Amino acid sequence: MNKAAPIHPEFAQNLDARHRNGTIWHLVIQASTIVGIIALIAMLLNIINGALGYVAYEGRVDPATLSVDGVTIEQQSKDQLIALLQGKLSKGAYNKLDTEKPFAERPRSEIYQLILERVVRIEVVDNWNLWQSLTQADQIKANVAQDYPNADLKFVSWLTSDFVTRPQSSEPVTAGIRTAILGSLWTILFTILIAFPMGVGAAIYLEEYATDNWFNRIIQTNINNLAGVPSIVYGMLGLAIFVRTLEPITSGALFGFVEDATTANGRTVLAAGLTLGLLVLPIIIINSQEAIRAVPRSLRNASFGVGATKWQTVWSHVLPNAMPGILTGTILAVSRAIGETAPLVVVGASTAINFDPTSPFSKFTTLPIQIYQWTARPQDEFRALAAASILVLLVLLLSLNASAILLRNRFSRRF
Amino acid sequence: MSVPKNGADGFRPKENLKRKPRLGETVIQGLLFFSGFVSIFVTIGIVYELGKEALLFFRNPAVTLVEFFTGTQWQPTIEEFGILPLVTATLTTTVFAMLIAIPLGLAVAIYLSEYATPRTRSTLKPVLEVLAGIPTIVYGYFALTFMTPLLRTIFGSDVVDIYNTGSAGLVMGILILPLITSMTEDALSAVPRSLREASYGLGATKFETAVQIVLPAALSGVTAAIIVGLSRAIGETMIVALAAGAGPNLTLNPFKSAETMTGHIVRIAGGDLSYDSIDYDSIFAIGLLLFFITLTLNIISQQIVRRFREVYE
Repeated sequence: MNKAAPIHPEFAQNLDARHRNGTIWHLVIQASTIVGIIALIAMLLNIINGALGYVAYEGRVDPATLSVDGVTIEQQSKDQLIALLQGKLSKGAYNKLDTEKPFAERPRSEIYQLILERVVRIEVVDNWNLWQSLTQADQIKANVAQDYPNADLKFVSWLTSDFVTRPQSSEPVTAGIRTAILGSLWTILFTILIAFPMGVGAAIYLEEYATDNWFNRIIQTNINNLAGVPSIVYGMLGLAIFVRTLEPITSGALFGFVEDATTANGRTVLAAGLTLGLLVLPIIIINSQEAIRAVPRSLRNASFGVGATKWQTVWSHVLPNAMPGILTGTILAVSRAIGETAPLVVVGASTAINFDPTSPFSKFTTLPIQIYQWTARPQDEFRALAAASILVLLVLLLSLNASAILLRNRFSRRF
Repeated sequence: MSVPKNGADGFRPKENLKRKPRLGETVIQGLLFFSGFVSIFVTIGIVYELGKEALLFFRNPAVTLVEFFTGTQWQPTIEEFGILPLVTATLTTTVFAMLIAIPLGLAVAIYLSEYATPRTRSTLKPVLEVLAGIPTIVYGYFALTFMTPLLRTIFGSDVVDIYNTGSAGLVMGILILPLITSMTEDALSAVPRSLREASYGLGATKFETAVQIVLPAALSGVTAAIIVGLSRAIGETMIVALAAGAGPNLTLNPFKSAETMTGHIVRIAGGDLSYDSIDYDSIFAIGLLLFFITLTLNIISQQIVRRFREVYE
């Protein structure tokens, strides 16, 4: 202790203890932060761990026996493949496939996939995650050689370009997520179409036009409350209103779309998009309001000063200046919508469809729904597919978020 | 003296200074008002549709309000509709989530606002934003493929079910962590510098300042953050749908499988559901209860912020 600074003995007595206390808690607080970061890293590693690893394949039929004149099935033309399919499948099964979608209309890749699925029937007999594959490689090889002598053991990444471009399938080997990605994009399109104009409109009304009366205060409070309603409740709202009550519209029956295999009693892309639209509406409104509020009063007054009307002021001065903020908020809302699962399960996402959505009235499945269904299945190979799809979803969302941050940094102006 | 009509001398007629009715402006204002009004429609829609189906449910002779709130069995097949098993499961997952999220969330927020250098903060905040932006289904996958095996390794696989509420709750805590952290951090940062300086001036340590001065000053914001987190945990669906198990089970044991309110809605709605069946109506009754619980929590949190906020210059 420094003699020059007189310290009250009672104070000095517990000074050391207080400092020790402070240091300990500092460490505890720092450790908590590190725990949070570890959780994030563990989550990412866990997904990568699931998406890579050894896989043991076994085909019921050796693909080499399907070659015609030495041309392997990989190189055969579409017609040859169709003929092969006709020869190998029972008549009923072949006709069923043809009525689902005529063979002439299917691209070659789809026919080829059908061959793999229905004729060669390559199956995953066992698979291991990355950690197991790295640490127990010898044991895995020995086990496979013993248990499945005919199987092909390969170290694969479940996430391949094929995986992204193939349609959905019930066989893990041939399953892809094109159907789900397109479903997500279709759904989001309608979400944006409804939520963006409505959200920005409501924000303009509340910030520029609304006077401070009880009614407008109710609207504002209501929006804040809606932002906190669980997403599943929106799903039930969508089920009751868009799927059930507005079925003639959402199923397309009103517009002359006849009930056929692709319509789904209102459980369509359109119903899903509208449901998600309502879900993100409050988020877009709140974000847009903040952006509009940040535009300084002086800009509006200058505009009024030269004789502009209220709407001219809003349209030419307030909106352009608030736009970066509005867009950033919208992108964040859209990325929330892309990741939503629960409301779409309730609205009625299809469990197994392998054709792409083609209109607002198509049945739909989306990327998160696909992940949900694959994760919920007990077999490891489907978990691996889920992990690969999660990687795709995360890349999509991260790029969206990154673009939002870039937009914010690039265009945000300080007044 | 009469005013020249055509304004030849530069004066305009007086009556033209009146605000002109502009049709375009009125139409646009109407449209904007309508956009704002849609949100009211949404709330009315939720209450009306959920209420309508819930009413049908309670009109059913097999159901009584008393049974709904006090019955200990939820088995639609034998017409037992007691919501308690679903509520206890929701309670278990929520408690576990809050056990993780409150201490960690507060600690991380205090670290960010009081201890971290500006550099650390600028790297950590985006990490939090990333965590907050990850879809809940991914957390569900994490719960099922990482947390559950981890719990089973630690406590033994005969004690811990494959599906259990504990694992779902713990991962839900990680999900809510960034929400509580960012709201708390905002509240802590809003406490003026002068309060901290005064505390240091009296000889307080950094930790004492953070916990005894800054935290109490921001208490309303912190409480609001916790309540919003709580409401989020109760409404969270995908994690429990994947990891907590299917089938209602009246238990508070976190190692047993049990179905929460949200988990039940998703399982029933995801299956083959025919309209006007009692199953269909029952999930709306659960949904309505869920809506009112979360709405109440959100309103309480807003009231706390409004009423107890310390306003500094």
